[in-house]
Amino acid sequence: MTEAVSFPQDRTCPYHPPTSYRPLREAGPLAQVTFYDGRSVWAVTGHAEARELLADQRLSSDRRNPAFPIPVARFASVQRTKTPLIGVDDPEHNTQRRMLIPSFTLKRIAAMRPEIQRIVDDLIDGMLEQGPPAELVSAFALPVPSMVICSLLGVPYSDHEFFEEQSRRALRSETAEESEDARVQLEDYLGELIAQKEKNPGEGLLDELIEDRLRAGSLKHDELVGLALILLVAGHETTANMISLGTFALLEHPEQLAKLRADENLMPAAVEELLRFLSIADGMLRVATEDIEIGGRIIRADDGVVFPTSVINRDDSAYASPDELDFSRSARHHVAFGYGIHQCLGQNLARAEMEIALRSLFTRIPDLRLAVPAAEIPFKPGDTLQGMIELPLSW
Amino acid sequence: MRITIDQDVCIGSGQCALTAPSVFTQDDDGFSEVLPGSEDGGGDPMVREAVRACPVGALSIDDE
Repeated sequence: MTEAVSFPQDRTCPYHPPTSYRPLREAGPLAQVTFYDGRSVWAVTGHAEARELLADQRLSSDRRNPAFPIPVARFASVQRTKTPLIGVDDPEHNTQRRMLIPSFTLKRIAAMRPEIQRIVDDLIDGMLEQGPPAELVSAFALPVPSMVICSLLGVPYSDHEFFEEQSRRALRSETAEESEDARVQLEDYLGELIAQKEKNPGEGLLDELIEDRLRAGSLKHDELVGLALILLVAGHETTANMISLGTFALLEHPEQLAKLRADENLMPAAVEELLRFLSIADGMLRVATEDIEIGGRIIRADDGVVFPTSVINRDDSAYASPDELDFSRSARHHVAFGYGIHQCLGQNLARAEMEIALRSLFTRIPDLRLAVPAAEIPFKPGDTLQGMIELPLSW
Repeated sequence: MRITIDQDVCIGSGQCALTAPSVFTQDDDGFSEVLPGSEDGGGDPMVREAVRACPVGALSIDDE
């Protein structure tokens, strides 16, 4: 056995797994890592094993379980609170998810494409009017998904500075207290918004849930607030990181960008490959509720399990030359959106947003380039969603 | 080939309809269903990929 690797660690390059995770890849398909509190946790790095385990309901997502692994000190206090959807198991999870899936079907997402395109075009107009240069995260990568999720939920985008800042604090603040305060502020905001909507209905998923579920008594006010919070935060933080990091990766791989420009039909495959290659949600967590035998090892009940997707999605038994960004490959079956019952609810919305955002950006600003050397551009630390903190661009 | 979908297991991820849209679609509640007339897969080579893409194993193929 090699010495346990500490987890999580910062990436050395914004789009590659931390070089310090290399022993994990070599030790695979399962290895032990050490969390900040000294706890040993299983890291699953094999692609087949990850799919098998993520679909295994003996691994629980329930954050209220005292044995649930906590990767970062600031989550220690907030993690014990009940988190709908992502933090509960079936049957509770199934009931919540079934309320939401009608709004995320491929047909519903296809119907949103013209509006996504309009949002993207307006933001690019703004960049062209005011630049060059432009800072892509604040001018484009964050506003696109933020406006889209507001429209879908029925949350006023005029409040975006408030909820974007609170989301950032909830996910990336220094202390548990600050993170908890951000969550409470977001809950208060959404609670008030939902109360207003009960009196004056508007249009959006929250209004539909009020009409169909809250009034029927099958959903309580605080449950709806909890769901709204997850959807709002997950809906803009994740895709924002994919757009910023995806743009950076494309600019750093001009041969792949050229391939994409030459054949627009490659876009869906390119988005899939970017999802695999960038793996921004790099450390999904579970706790075992029973002993599970896998890959010649036994995960014991109450053991913590982490899924470093950047390593899983570069398993060379699943993808040839996995460290290369290659839009010609089929990146299908990656686990960037997870796998099993918790696989991302908004994945098809995210795909549509990424396709439209990246295609429009590189079509309308064909000579887009980094405004400063790549090595000077700040990106997010390893203990949160991966992506660029800023992305200064010129043209 | 005969395709069946267990809607009690389906979580509405849309992976099958995304992978093999000539065979699968989603109903208004978000659950996957086989397009009428495509129950035998219609010779679409992507059917097996769609089955593999389902995150919850809701699809099955009977090859008889």
